[in-house]
Amino acid sequence: MKTFYKKNQISLLLIALFVIFTIISYVFDFGTGKIIFQEHFFSFLKEMILFLPMMFILIGLGDVWISKDKVEKHIGESSGIKGLILVILLSMAQAGPLYAAFPVTYLLWKKGASIRNIFIYIGAFCTIKIPMITFETGFLGWKFSLLRTLMSLPIIVLIANIMEKYLKNRHFEVNEI
Amino acid sequence: MEVLIIIAVICLIISILSDREKTWLGIKRGLKMFLNLLPVILVVLILVSIFLFFLPNETIVRYLGNDAGFIGYIIAAIIGSISLIPGYIAYPLAGILLKNGVSYPVIAVFITTLMMVGVLTLPIEIKYFGVRTAILRNVLYFIGAIFIGIFIGLFYNI
Repeated sequence: MKTFYKKNQISLLLIALFVIFTIISYVFDFGTGKIIFQEHFFSFLKEMILFLPMMFILIGLGDVWISKDKVEKHIGESSGIKGLILVILLSMAQAGPLYAAFPVTYLLWKKGASIRNIFIYIGAFCTIKIPMITFETGFLGWKFSLLRTLMSLPIIVLIANIMEKYLKNRHFEVNEI
Repeated sequence: MEVLIIIAVICLIISILSDREKTWLGIKRGLKMFLNLLPVILVVLILVSIFLFFLPNETIVRYLGNDAGFIGYIIAAIIGSISLIPGYIAYPLAGILLKNGVSYPVIAVFITTLMMVGVLTLPIEIKYFGVRTAILRNVLYFIGAIFIGIFIGLFYNI
């Protein structure tokens, strides 16, 4: 609990200020403050208050059922189309920011994955993660989500191909940190 | 959104029936993640609320709306490349922007660059791949994101 306060000091201070500002606005009938709270803040919050905790529970469950070891065990075992599909599927199940993909990339490279598959992994990891897709469909609609994913796939493969072509004879390597 | 909540509840029930202890661990892990992010989410909501109050809707529509054209893509790509916002916050934010007049293609460019291009994380990436590879990857994805936006624009403008 103590680390929670410490880590979020500035955020909590801003939230407290906003609460005070809103209370004052209501007490003294200050229009600007009331509009900011009612028409913007509260309407946004209302939409998320049930959705967000539910999605995080879903992410937590996914985390427990799909272990990272399982993912890493299968990586780099095969290349070609089968390996490619496997890499995409595995990366879809995980969550994390862009730089969380790099350590796995090192593992992939060490296990002999092709340059192309390494960059397909990074692309897929970033754009089509299942936990993120649930957020995307929730807030932007399934049509957008489906379209964006379908558009991203060929671009990811194309960029991976360009990377491989360019880096093939240029001593590509992934360093361990 | 309602559908997703129903799916989540179904997953939860299946999980409980399969393994109660594992489910409890998962719920705890998920809610802990949520609580850790909650202050930041609230701050983003507050800032966006204030920002949207002072920034007139017409300005947003003019630069990032359906008729903004290429300039909207470029603005979105640059903002997406230099910001470091986790998806859990970026998607709710994108939803709010959408309701305030930002177009779907612009949102797509923003989301794609946010996920794929990392100017602030470039030093980390360079450590793994070297300068040449890291920069090449980021540049290619910057361009790729704009193409994704253009393609999505083709579908949403019909």
